[in-house]
Amino acid sequence: MSGLRLEKVGKSFGLVVAVRDVDIEFPQGKFVCLLGPSGCGKTTLLRLIAGLEMPTAGRILLDGSDLTKTPAHKREFGMVFQSLALFPHLTVGENIAYSLSVRGVPKEKRRQRAAELLELVRLPGVADRHISQLSGGQRQRVAIARALALNPKLFLLDEPLSALDAKLREAMQVELRQLQQRLGISTIVVTHDQREAMTMADVVVIMDHGNVQQIATPLETYRNPANAFVADFIGISNLIPGVMVDPTHIEVHGKPMRIERAPAGFAAGSKVSLSVRPEEVHIRPAGEPGENRLAGTVSFIRDLGSSVEITAQCDELEVLAVTTPRERPQAAVGEPVTVELPVAACVVLAS
Amino acid sequence: MTSGRPTLGQHVPLLYPALVLGIFFIIPFATMLAVSFFHRVEGAFYEPAFELSNYARFFSPFFGRALGFSILLAGVAAVIAVTIAFPFTYLLTRMRRRNQVPWLVFILAILSLSEVIIGFSWATLMSRTAGLSNILVWLGVLDQPQAWSPSFPALLIGLCYVGFPYTVLVLYPALSRLDPELPEASRMLGASPVRSFFRVVVPVLRSSIISAIIMVFVFNLGAYVLPQVLGKPQHWTLSVLITDQAIFQSNLPFASAMAIFLMVVSLTLVGITLMLGQGRRPS
Repeated sequence: MSGLRLEKVGKSFGLVVAVRDVDIEFPQGKFVCLLGPSGCGKTTLLRLIAGLEMPTAGRILLDGSDLTKTPAHKREFGMVFQSLALFPHLTVGENIAYSLSVRGVPKEKRRQRAAELLELVRLPGVADRHISQLSGGQRQRVAIARALALNPKLFLLDEPLSALDAKLREAMQVELRQLQQRLGISTIVVTHDQREAMTMADVVVIMDHGNVQQIATPLETYRNPANAFVADFIGISNLIPGVMVDPTHIEVHGKPMRIERAPAGFAAGSKVSLSVRPEEVHIRPAGEPGENRLAGTVSFIRDLGSSVEITAQCDELEVLAVTTPRERPQAAVGEPVTVELPVAACVVLAS
Repeated sequence: MTSGRPTLGQHVPLLYPALVLGIFFIIPFATMLAVSFFHRVEGAFYEPAFELSNYARFFSPFFGRALGFSILLAGVAAVIAVTIAFPFTYLLTRMRRRNQVPWLVFILAILSLSEVIIGFSWATLMSRTAGLSNILVWLGVLDQPQAWSPSFPALLIGLCYVGFPYTVLVLYPALSRLDPELPEASRMLGASPVRSFFRVVVPVLRSSIISAIIMVFVFNLGAYVLPQVLGKPQHWTLSVLITDQAIFQSNLPFASAMAIFLMVVSLTLVGITLMLGQGRRPS
């Protein structure tokens, strides 16, 4: 069994449960993002994997061997911290070669390896500089190089890009992904930014309140969210409350909505949420007949240039629609419209 | 404002600190400096004069030895106090904030004790009749109780005890601000927690450690109660001799000269320490 496996891992701090019953199998050589809002337990989970926290329940296995009780300094994982945690009393080269000097590698070899790693992160020739002389993006690269110095079995990053400005962050996301693919190293990144996760990850693990909500590819979590939390957290979604009528119909505000066959486990009469992505909602002229339509009034229009966001009020229900400027419907605030929720776009979730 | 010359009004905020500094530091110091050159009148007090005999008298083996001993004692006690207090404060700041409070209150409580009480308490604890050696006798480690005070180790323990809370309070802010991810990063790179402490925490906080040592050193130089309570006469520091000259021998000119000499020597040592501390910093 290769790769990292968590078995019923849990961690509580006193009465506070930070991580509960987590079962994950991390595929070898893949880029995995732990994604969730702040306080969801994702950082605690990463620290459990790193060995900086000890789990209060469950086991952590790497390539089949149990390392639940192995201390952090014997796990040989590379980690990039949120604050980067570069050592201010050492030069760039000494920072990168720190793990080698701890193991007693001779000086010449350390310098050689540091130079190699600086080349890898595209920051050659700064080995003798001081940390304080580097920019934010350069420090980021040094922290990555330092974590990779020993060719770790697992590469862990805790919100590594949060200190960078938006533009640099996007560039680093791409670069980090390319670096990971080039090295083929199993990587786990903690982030609260779903765009970041979508850009980099092979697999995302979505967490909330210490529980894993969904483990899937980024696209899968967007198209087929496991529950209302995931649908709401990944992108923007209209979550419409309804009642199950039969496997292909849901009643919303007394009106039947046709759906593609609902997944098993939803009995007739049970309360559900209908998730529809805003870009799939169509705004039609008032009174246009057809199925899956609700009558409403435009309450707000936000023209963002590249896209147009239209909010329609259908009784007490608010529905958001996003269109391109070219397809913008002829509607102004206060005017009546018909809102179409296309059959193919309706995803039924437990409410 | 047409010219760059500051008006009188702009100087007003500076007047207050200047006044405080003048009244409480410069005037007394100038007085002491002047007195150190005055002529002592036997059986009376002193009269204004300018003579170097007070300083000349100082260069005797007796006072030279006292100066050397004072500096050695203050230095050794400062290094021991910081060596004990630094790991203590580090572990204290790693605790949860709520759990730190009782410890800090306890340390502040030590500060509220007078040096006299501390001195006599330690003298009792290390005495033959009522001291800790009786416990060792009871445990079978010693054959009979021993008197550990007055002695050099007793004096050293007393000074470290007094210096410890100050050291913790000086180190506390710096250690609280230390990024907890720094030692964690070291652990992830293969260094054990103890090794991480010595390879990362200590060097990162080197300047705080040096200033703590300097502070306790200067503080210890002024000690004159503990050497008399816990030390033998050969352990009397220069501060004890200064007190003796000033109060019991009524020789203020000589006491002033010794005080100034002690100050010059300690300032020189502090300067050298700071320079060495900075010199080792990689540029």
